[in-house]
Amino acid sequence: MAPILSVRDLTVEFDNRTVVHRLNFEIYPGDNVAIIGPNGAGKTVLLRALLNLVPYDGVIEWAPDAKLGYVPQKIAADRHLPLKVNDLLASKARLLKLPDQDIRLAAERVGLPPELLNTSVGILSGGQFQKALIAFALLGNPNALLFDEPMSSLDELAEERVYELLRDLQRERDMTVLLVSHDLSVVYQFATKVLCLSKANPCFGPPREILTPETLEAVYSAPVKFYQHHHHHDQ
Amino acid sequence: MASPGESYAVVLALLFAVAAGLVGSFALMKRMLLASDVISHVALPGLGLAFLFGFNPLIGGAATLLLGTLLIWQLQKKTGLATDTMIGVVFAGSVAIGALLTPKDDLVEALFGRFQELSLGAFLVGVAAVALIVLVVFRFKEQLILGLFSPELAAATGVKLERLNLYFLLVFSLSVLVGLRFLGAILAGSLIIIPATTGRRLTNDLSHFLIVSCIASVTAVGSGLAVTRYVLPQFSPGPVIVIISAMLFALSLLKRPASA
Repeated sequence: MAPILSVRDLTVEFDNRTVVHRLNFEIYPGDNVAIIGPNGAGKTVLLRALLNLVPYDGVIEWAPDAKLGYVPQKIAADRHLPLKVNDLLASKARLLKLPDQDIRLAAERVGLPPELLNTSVGILSGGQFQKALIAFALLGNPNALLFDEPMSSLDELAEERVYELLRDLQRERDMTVLLVSHDLSVVYQFATKVLCLSKANPCFGPPREILTPETLEAVYSAPVKFYQHHHHHDQ
Repeated sequence: MASPGESYAVVLALLFAVAAGLVGSFALMKRMLLASDVISHVALPGLGLAFLFGFNPLIGGAATLLLGTLLIWQLQKKTGLATDTMIGVVFAGSVAIGALLTPKDDLVEALFGRFQELSLGAFLVGVAAVALIVLVVFRFKEQLILGLFSPELAAATGVKLERLNLYFLLVFSLSVLVGLRFLGAILAGSLIIIPATTGRRLTNDLSHFLIVSCIASVTAVGSGLAVTRYVLPQFSPGPVIVIISAMLFALSLLKRPASA
């Protein structure tokens, strides 16, 4: 099987600082890659380089049939813009020349109720906003989803739902997912491969090899504890 | 009875109002008030040169407007305090240069405009300019919307942001240029901003916003022209139009702002 993404000797500079240094890895269709690393290790910058949003050195090669969907970490969306969720989705749909019904389908797929399509983006809750962003990413039927720290604005229950949704989408559509995450226990459950970014010890491999106390300590330069994930929704 | 030249001028002024409402709505959402002020004032040195050497003021205005637009475009690519500072300097600098260059007798006209008859040729060029403005705004509406919401998402969707910004600035400058003769360098920019501000207060729906801004703009221009023709002929229409526009905005304050 040919890789959907190969990265060779990737170096990215940001603010005159080398954030990603000579990184090499390959991702295959259907892989579920978690990108971990301490703050400032370049996780978001890496995603942006993969999307060709920032200049870089080295080779980033997406398979010719790769269609990317992107869910950014945090959108500094101006809450005073007179934009409804539907304005955003319809804008993307029109740019990609998709039929209008795709908007409804994408919204349905992420569980965004129709009335929210006519709601201003400024008054959505964190979870609704996240869903709207995922629906936006799903327009155009991507086969690779780049997902940056999706849970930072969500409570635990909403977070779990987003992961479930990601898992379902992956199963249904055999989607490749690249997920930047802080939550190592979720990574352990969710990922088939882990890419850890750190200056000294970047590493790439299956979770069982990467998520060992020794590796994590080297990556985060500090002992890291994590537990198998058990959610309690009893509040 | 109005002469054909006067009718052309009135019709073009009303068409300009539509373009100003439309462009102003996006300028407001893009939060580029400061940049837009600079753009209209940058026309002043060009007007000054034109009056001084006796060529068509619109050509002079267009030349310096284009320069100013490219300058702002370059500034927009960079961020931070330096941009603000540069904008401030360019703004004040162009007014000062314009004031020095413009012959004293023409200064008021350069600053505040004057109603004058239009030849059929000038009218047609103006109509074509307005058509181009409206066309570009609608052609790039989706890209503008995505860029407003999140430049990052827009870029990831394939929108070429720098090019889009340049197109928008050019369209913006073209609107200023169309309004320049009858509103003057000081006031042309304000008609792009005030009606949009009024529209934004009254609605939260994007299409309604665009429509209300255009209506506010057309109302101000139409009634301003009527007032200076029939009631206060001693005034030039520019200031009256802007005052009416500001009054419409004041009226809109009576309504509670459309909540987000």
